[in-house]
Amino acid sequence: MAELVAVIASTHHPFYYRASTATGEDRPPFADEWVRKVEAFRETLTRARPDVLVMVGSDHFHQLWLDNMPQFLVGKAPYYDANWYNEEREFGLPRMLFTGQEDLSSHVLREGLDAGFDLAFSNELRIDHSITCPIITLRPQNDLPIVPVYTNIFAPPLPRPKRFVELGRTIRQLVESWPSDQRVAVIGTGHLSLELGGPRQFGPHGPDPEFDAKAVEWIAGGDIEGCLAEVTLDSLHAPGNATHGFMDFMLMMGVAGEGQKADYVDTYDLFHTMEAYFTWYPRGGRS
Amino acid sequence: MSKYLLNKFLFTVDRDPELVERYREDPRGTVEWWESTRANLVLNCHGGEASTWLRFDDAEREALAAHDYVRLFEMGAHPFLTLTLFIAMFERDYEPLGFQKEYARKLAHMSLPYPDIAT
Repeated sequence: MAELVAVIASTHHPFYYRASTATGEDRPPFADEWVRKVEAFRETLTRARPDVLVMVGSDHFHQLWLDNMPQFLVGKAPYYDANWYNEEREFGLPRMLFTGQEDLSSHVLREGLDAGFDLAFSNELRIDHSITCPIITLRPQNDLPIVPVYTNIFAPPLPRPKRFVELGRTIRQLVESWPSDQRVAVIGTGHLSLELGGPRQFGPHGPDPEFDAKAVEWIAGGDIEGCLAEVTLDSLHAPGNATHGFMDFMLMMGVAGEGQKADYVDTYDLFHTMEAYFTWYPRGGRS
Repeated sequence: MSKYLLNKFLFTVDRDPELVERYREDPRGTVEWWESTRANLVLNCHGGEASTWLRFDDAEREALAAHDYVRLFEMGAHPFLTLTLFIAMFERDYEPLGFQKEYARKLAHMSLPYPDIAT
């Protein structure tokens, strides 16, 4: 069976690419430290020597729209083009092309359906910065095949937080039951507290540093129970109107498992939002 | 009231570079043109299979025609769509992050719970 060699949860800050490649006067003062942190984080994936990446993210009204909105969707295609015109425009993100791991996509879809998740699928998916950002930060050579998994954290009605955790647990089971000798890393990205298009946006730090501190503690300690006890669809409005993206972190806690402390934790307080980086090694870093 | 149609306008304009410029330069004309020719198109379907029932109410049409992103927020338009499109149109006129900060200031009167964005 396939081996789950790393579980990684991260924020996906669309400005990293531009900040990290800017030079001279255009380079923001926080860029060097940010690059240092990202490169250290990258090393946690590199050392796991993955062959395949399952990438959990959320389409930001790019391909998925309100006339036909899936809650959870798995890509199954030989290739995925990536990044959209409005992401080039606003964030300076480059066009990218990924290779798909169709066999694992098929396995996740078939077994996921049988496990109680009515997963939607896509055979032609153009993916967005929720997946390209972690490739840029964690695997910039973009040399590994992927299985994209999209969640709806964006267009209510949304699945409840518990459902995200359950999907994470299921994804782990599906990866570990994939008849293959491949080494798989699951990487998911979301947000801590975040406000977009509201009065608390683009402040000197994230809109709710208290929530951020608590969230980092939940994730780092694998405290799914504590997190689920406090986080609801309603409660997530309070830290910022885009904070439902935190549910993708909860999904990743489900992949990592209850009570599993992260092996690597780092954060970086930036304007607008706090960056947060977590890695678990399910086998304690062996193999 | 149709939050869905407001969102559909923001979504379809934001993804089209020419429409972004057209909406910036001629908001009222663009909204009128869009409502009469685009509002009822089912995305991915040809015109013969268009919907027959979608239209803005007067307040929605006016908010879009006036570039009134505060009113759009109050109406429950999706804040991500509004923000993204308005950054595309107006960020260029401000110092870095200046537009985003002004946008936040203009919404400072809003408190929780924010208007419902469910469609």
